[in-house]
Amino acid sequence: MSAQPEPALLHTEEEEALRAAVRDLLTDHCDPAGVITRTESAAPHDAALWKSLADSMGLAGLLIPEALGGQGATHREAAVVLEELGRAVAPVPYLTSAVVATEALLACGAEDLLGELASATTVAVLAVGLHVAPGAAFPRVRYEGGALHGELTGVADASFADVLLVPADDGGLYAVRAADTTVTPQVSLDLTRPLARVTLDGAPARRLGEAEPALRRALRAGAGLLASEQLGLADWLLTETVRYLKERKQFNRQVGGFQALKHRLARLWLEVAGLRAAARSAADALATGADTDVAVAVAQAYAAQVAVHAAEEALQLHGGIGMTWEHPVHLYLKRAKADSIAYGATGTHRAALAELVDLRAP
Amino acid sequence: MTDAAELRRRTRELLAAHPPAGTDRTDFLRARFDAGLAWVHYPQGLGGLGAPRALQAVVDAELAAEGAPDNDPRRIGIGLGMAAPTILQYGTEEQQRRLLRPLWTGEEVWCQLFSEPGAGSDLAALGTRAVRDGEDWVVNGQKVWTSSAHLARWAILIARTDPDVPKHRGITYFVCDMTDPGVEVRPLRQITGEAEFNEVFLTDVRIPDSRRLGEVGDGWRVAQTTLNNERVAIGGTPVPREGGMIGKLAATWRERPELRTHDLHQRLLGLWVEAEVARLTGVRLRQQLAAGQPGPEGAGMKLNFARLNQEISGLEVELLGEEGLLYDDWTMRRPELVDFTGRDAGYRYLRSKGNSIEGGTSEVLLNIVAERVLGLPAEPRTDKDVAWKDLAR
Repeated sequence: MSAQPEPALLHTEEEEALRAAVRDLLTDHCDPAGVITRTESAAPHDAALWKSLADSMGLAGLLIPEALGGQGATHREAAVVLEELGRAVAPVPYLTSAVVATEALLACGAEDLLGELASATTVAVLAVGLHVAPGAAFPRVRYEGGALHGELTGVADASFADVLLVPADDGGLYAVRAADTTVTPQVSLDLTRPLARVTLDGAPARRLGEAEPALRRALRAGAGLLASEQLGLADWLLTETVRYLKERKQFNRQVGGFQALKHRLARLWLEVAGLRAAARSAADALATGADTDVAVAVAQAYAAQVAVHAAEEALQLHGGIGMTWEHPVHLYLKRAKADSIAYGATGTHRAALAELVDLRAP
Repeated sequence: MTDAAELRRRTRELLAAHPPAGTDRTDFLRARFDAGLAWVHYPQGLGGLGAPRALQAVVDAELAAEGAPDNDPRRIGIGLGMAAPTILQYGTEEQQRRLLRPLWTGEEVWCQLFSEPGAGSDLAALGTRAVRDGEDWVVNGQKVWTSSAHLARWAILIARTDPDVPKHRGITYFVCDMTDPGVEVRPLRQITGEAEFNEVFLTDVRIPDSRRLGEVGDGWRVAQTTLNNERVAIGGTPVPREGGMIGKLAATWRERPELRTHDLHQRLLGLWVEAEVARLTGVRLRQQLAAGQPGPEGAGMKLNFARLNQEISGLEVELLGEEGLLYDDWTMRRPELVDFTGRDAGYRYLRSKGNSIEGGTSEVLLNIVAERVLGLPAEPRTDKDVAWKDLAR
């Protein structure tokens, strides 16, 4: 195959500074016990944390041009934020609002809403199921007489959104105020990124543009940057498991000294090192526009197995404590498993690659 | 400091004085060595100019553009990659002057006498004995898995000089003359049918003390220089997408649609993704090295390389179906070069089985990652304070 442009796979000093700032905030305001308690409260999203991230730190506008009040940064910086949010399984709508909905609005040139998102006065989510992959078919509601009618399920973070971006049967993408719809939470596997059913019963709607290209762009960015969130999950799980196995003693020795466990952790480390390269490659490709479809498909065809494996290993190697509601490892397992379906499962991204790199099915 | 412009000037001078078209290959290589353009980061007088290692590419590009011969680095990899850095670090000036020039030009091939039948992963347990006799050492023992021994003029050798101290402390490092009458080289046939490697039997081989590298009893430390350079040599070069084994499998898949099944397709795509991720991991590692922040990923690159070679070549044999039942050639041969991606899929499948054994088994590498990267407790050591002669064997 022809030579590929070499992606920049390291984190720059500025990106490391951004990481440190986000991590500091999360260390102070997003501890695991608090996240567990919040999952069973009436407000599973952390509004105060979101305000700090989106408003005080200005991170909701990373992908939005400066002219519209955003930061004019790139997917590389957004990826760093997602790595840290993944490490903390933070219950905030960063991926759904600041990446996916933002990309859809950028595709439509919806400057007023982009301004609202950048200033953190509005949270928007794309009203399609979290499982929908870039390029896949998506559900559309009925557009009739200036209003939308229908029902959409599996919409992540809808219960925290002010604005829903809804594809309709006339090919358009519409903005709808969440207050004009009925949003019903669904009992979700992932407690920290809850799903909801959205019912539109003549909701007033404003057409933003064509749904198809907007969704393609938005979901590709979502899939590509999801890999960075998965990297954050896997990195926390590996680090925390290694820490615990150095501390935990059975048979009068550190459990982490048993070779059967050392080898499992070493293999996991190798997988996480691969995911770091793949996630960075996808973020860089989204930022530069070079080789993007392949880089995103590679990252998403690889990331799920690593994040889920990291969570399953962490649970097993923590022994009984890992099976308790009190220990946070289950939050990571649930997020990792849900992420393995989000924006297309492994097989969907493999199928995309088969076309992109000419390895056709029988 | 010698810069790129200066190196270009010197390279053109060399080319002008010794035009490649009209110069004997060995004469040209000797002249290149003497001009300090062999390995520019080596010291002056030993084939280099004390220049930054990265500038070698400048010289190589100039020479390649003029069609100058190279020293066929793949054929003399053990000399270049392992013996030379060790001689440079531990050799006397006399040893360096005598050995490095013909090593680099390829006039004298080198091999490595390290592994033994009883000392594989536990190399420091080696039992080949070297006993002092006047100005010489008398060496007896057996070495194994020695590539190029049948072609080599010299060997780097580690042998036990003191059996009464713990194993790491009683080893000494030598340069062994492979033409000595006590050296017997026998081909070691492997599962591919051919014999890349040799067994080497050492019977009363006399090595003058002047061919010792480093101090008596300090051979284990000297050997670390050799072995660290071996790991640098593996997995250090940039690879394009679909470089290596996966490219062969992908080509077969594209050319032979009649062989495709849904099961094979899923496995192919899974391995293609893993190979691409391993490649990206290598790209990231090189970017870290270039930025002066060497990462621990290097320890894992060989683990990836070994597992993927094995799985990919195994899948290709299966993909080939009826043809996968055949083998290209079982004739006992002695290849000078090893090409992991050479020959047919069946050969690649069998040869790649060695990838997780040679240069450090995957099990030992996993221990290294667990202990040095993750900081997990080391394996319990029962051999640390025991004299070598009292170890279980």
